[in-house]
Amino acid sequence: MTTLYYTEDHEWIAVDGDVATVGITAYAAGQLGDVVFVEVPDDGKSVSKGKEAAVVESVKAASDVYAPVSGTVIEGNQALVDNPALVNEAPEGDGWFFRMTLSDIGELSGLMDKTAYEALIAAAG
Amino acid sequence: MRYLPLTADDRRAMLAAIGVETVEDLFRDLPASARIQDPAAAFDLPDHQGEWEIEQALSALAGQNLSAATAPSFLGAGAYRHHTPASLDYLIQRGEFLTAYTPYQPEVSQGTLQALFEFQTQVAMITGMEVANASMYDGATACAEAAAMACRVTKRKKVLVSGSVHPHFAETTSTFLRYTDCEVEVLSPDVFGLEDLLGRLDDDLACVIVQTPGFFGSLKDYTTLAEAAHEYGALLVVATTEPLSLGLVTSPGEMGADIVVAEGQSLATPPGFGGPGVGLFATRSKYVRQMPGRLCGETVDVDGRRGWVLTLSTREQHIRREKATSNICTNSGLIALAFTIHMTLLGEAGFTGLAELNHARACAAADALGKVKGVRVLSQTFFNEFALSLPKPAEQVVEALAARGILGGVPASRFFPTYPELAEVLLVTVTEMNSDEQVAALVAALTEILA
Amino acid sequence: MSTSVTTLTGNRGLQVEEKLIFEQDQPGRTAVDLPAVEPYLDRLGGLRRRGAIGLPGLSEPQVVRHYTRLSQKNYGIDTGFYPLGSCTMKHNPRLNEKMARLPGLADIHPFQPESTVQGALKLMHQLAHWLKTLTGMPAVALSPAAGAHGELCGVMAIRAALEARGETRTKVLCPESAHGTNPATAALVGFEVESIPATADGRVDMAALKARLGPDVAAFMVTNPNTCGLFERDIIEISQAVHDAGAYVYMDGANYNAIVGRVRVADLGVDAMHINLHKTFSTPHGGGGPGSGPTVLSAALAPYAPVPYVVEQADGSFHLVEQVLEATASGQQPFGRMKGYHGQFGVFVRALSYMMAMGRDGLFQASGDAVLNANYLLARLSAALSPSFDGPVMHEALFDDRFLKDTGVTTLDFAKAMIDEGFHPMTMYFPLVVHGALLMEPTETESRESLDAFIEAVLGLAERAKAGDAEAFQQAPRLTPRRRLDETAAARRPVLRWTPSVE
Repeated sequence: MTTLYYTEDHEWIAVDGDVATVGITAYAAGQLGDVVFVEVPDDGKSVSKGKEAAVVESVKAASDVYAPVSGTVIEGNQALVDNPALVNEAPEGDGWFFRMTLSDIGELSGLMDKTAYEALIAAAG
Repeated sequence: MRYLPLTADDRRAMLAAIGVETVEDLFRDLPASARIQDPAAAFDLPDHQGEWEIEQALSALAGQNLSAATAPSFLGAGAYRHHTPASLDYLIQRGEFLTAYTPYQPEVSQGTLQALFEFQTQVAMITGMEVANASMYDGATACAEAAAMACRVTKRKKVLVSGSVHPHFAETTSTFLRYTDCEVEVLSPDVFGLEDLLGRLDDDLACVIVQTPGFFGSLKDYTTLAEAAHEYGALLVVATTEPLSLGLVTSPGEMGADIVVAEGQSLATPPGFGGPGVGLFATRSKYVRQMPGRLCGETVDVDGRRGWVLTLSTREQHIRREKATSNICTNSGLIALAFTIHMTLLGEAGFTGLAELNHARACAAADALGKVKGVRVLSQTFFNEFALSLPKPAEQVVEALAARGILGGVPASRFFPTYPELAEVLLVTVTEMNSDEQVAALVAALTEILA
Repeated sequence: MSTSVTTLTGNRGLQVEEKLIFEQDQPGRTAVDLPAVEPYLDRLGGLRRRGAIGLPGLSEPQVVRHYTRLSQKNYGIDTGFYPLGSCTMKHNPRLNEKMARLPGLADIHPFQPESTVQGALKLMHQLAHWLKTLTGMPAVALSPAAGAHGELCGVMAIRAALEARGETRTKVLCPESAHGTNPATAALVGFEVESIPATADGRVDMAALKARLGPDVAAFMVTNPNTCGLFERDIIEISQAVHDAGAYVYMDGANYNAIVGRVRVADLGVDAMHINLHKTFSTPHGGGGPGSGPTVLSAALAPYAPVPYVVEQADGSFHLVEQVLEATASGQQPFGRMKGYHGQFGVFVRALSYMMAMGRDGLFQASGDAVLNANYLLARLSAALSPSFDGPVMHEALFDDRFLKDTGVTTLDFAKAMIDEGFHPMTMYFPLVVHGALLMEPTETESRESLDAFIEAVLGLAERAKAGDAEAFQQAPRLTPRRRLDETAAARRPVLRWTPSVE
């Protein structure tokens, strides 16, 4: 069963057992505008919660994508590297950034669920 | 005052529209204790002057310099004097080029942008590389930026600078990286092109920087070095201070260079006491996002017509701020324009032909100078500049030549005062601007001074 | 609405379509005639280039026409009003160009014997004298090649001074409205950057700054007048607080044009400031350089100035100190060398030519007129646009996009509509501290008639936007050689050079 969590930095993380998929939210993709470049982490790279794991760029903005939790990258989304527009077309689907294993499942407890995240972006206006 | 259109009446009317009494009122945020009311009392400087007074004053300063316009000049060491076609200087003074800003608004900057696109292509072609940027300040800073880029690409921290590299390039690179976590090692000057770089490669090296033609003139094949560097996971950076050489000599790209940097002055402007020049910066496509500086790219407008824009700006300081690939903003647009116009005037035939002419003249001059008693040509290979060994300190010889109205070369001691073995080494450059008569005059004067 | 007039050729009167030089290539053509080379023995060591480079061949008339046509697709100060905020687009006198081309100044070599370039060294000495006198600072490093390079010079001098004091300080503070070059520069010198917030009136929050100052802070980098066009009124108190904390004040001089002759920055407690000769002192921007960024230094930082520099000797002659070693022997401690050769000498000539033309009285008048022009724009546009802060402003007026609320017109659309009206747009979306910024810097170059024409156009456009004609703005510009360009496509699939098409 997959559980979806969100961060204040507008990443989503879909957790299924001890494997998770990470991407940026539709709201974040909309704020960036047309995405022109994505850099995803290499397989085997260890990432720590809150630290830079990937890069996403539009024409006028560049942004780091942070790891929502700590763990090890098992796959970067090469389709995204070849076609960055996927971030705009399906941010919470085919536009995922990387898959990872979790080193500390307890870190998930600090993240938001969908309702809390939607409240956050509603407040941001 | 001729540059200021506002009249006293204008100022009064405008102050009234603003709702203040005086211009001084607009400066009220300046601390009263420091505000200047009377420039005549505050500054020991002259008041405004007319055009001819300035022409007279600056012409007097110009007159105190010995110019290559009147004196035969054999100077090089990183700055070269070539003929600049008359149409070049006319074209770069067109106001639409000269007085435009960086092309941030592409719809009103297509001229600058197309010229930059052509410039990038020409630079990539002559260096044998895949892409080039829209210019850096000069060759030395381009070299420093190449070292920093190599550290980013390889995620390593050691930079090795060959003794063939112009000492100003080496010093600028050391200074640029001085306060980063990268280390720069600069090898001793390499007059004969004999230093062993292969033995110095290791797994920690981000890049090795070499120069062709070397500072002392030598040409080297860096193919083996490139292969070896790549085996260690390091990049090869090749610098040049005389891009005309690329018209005759195998390009760094063909030798396997990863980054090529150059001082483009020689093909763009007169030496101008060393500045402004233009830094050329070329690399492989795969490294383009690690590149410093501006890039012009092709696209289409809303009507589907081809056009140009500045692109990949997210590498730059105005977006990435402290994470930018460089802090560079203004670069050397107009000198890049001069470079590209000259390259266009030359074309394939002119560029390769001018290079051949330079080399032929330099070979003939080297032969003639080598026959002067006590003089030895140290450079086995060279393009248009070679090193001579003299029987006397080169600095004294150069002064004596200058007293005879000849700018006879650059003494190596000017750059390497702590190397006594270089005291008698003189760098001599011969270009298309040096007639047979000028070379004969140099030979005669040198013979006399060394007798 | 029709997008553009169509013609058979794609040309439109004086706007002529122009192919790339590579598409005009005819092998055998050249614009340069060279003498034949007699057979000779080369010294290339077997490294003669094989194969063609691929450079196109054109004749001289074709080359002249090519660049003339390209130039006609550009807007320059010579064309018209160029109110690009923070860029100081003022008139570039042609006298400067004439002087820089005197053979005795252009056709001299950086490594001639010193005895043969006394005039050039004296010129550098005179330029340094003007800059030191105007700023009240004891030293100036002339070699930085542009503004950001000058920042690097100042921040490196700060790092060197701290090291000489035996201190390790890791933080540089910048206001949140800073130019991007400030944080980029500080990072290059190994510092971490922290932002200091602004007050509601657009200036540095003194309380926040004082609270953040401490033994880990190396410097405070502040643009003054700041990027909102406002003078930092508390600058003396700021400097005092920064110095009390053992740190240095770097003042970004990008906006120095507003205060030349009105205040000596030494009297503000500044330790280092770069001066963009290509802004304040009228040297041409050339479509992106060359610039020049001499950096004035306080007594505390002067010992660390980079080589080279000119010294006047006892006998009245001038000497260029080029080697760190020689400087060290005379008691200096240069942090190194910033560029090749001796700095942007050609730009020095132009700047000195301008300073002499203006004189101390003219420079004082110029900053007054620049500030007057900006305040006139602010006053006349305030009712229709939304000024971000109250005046008086200094050299530029900042507006945000509140006046476009609910019109469907963005700052970008508004700027593009300005182009069709014959003006270069203002700076857009900078500074970042206000929403949809429109930053207008008229400089002292503009006449009242020129400002009035601009004001009428802006007021007319604002009215049109409010009247609901968003479509017209979104279609703009319509009268330029190219209309809006697809920057997304350019970045997604970069084409950065011409390549021959595969047959």
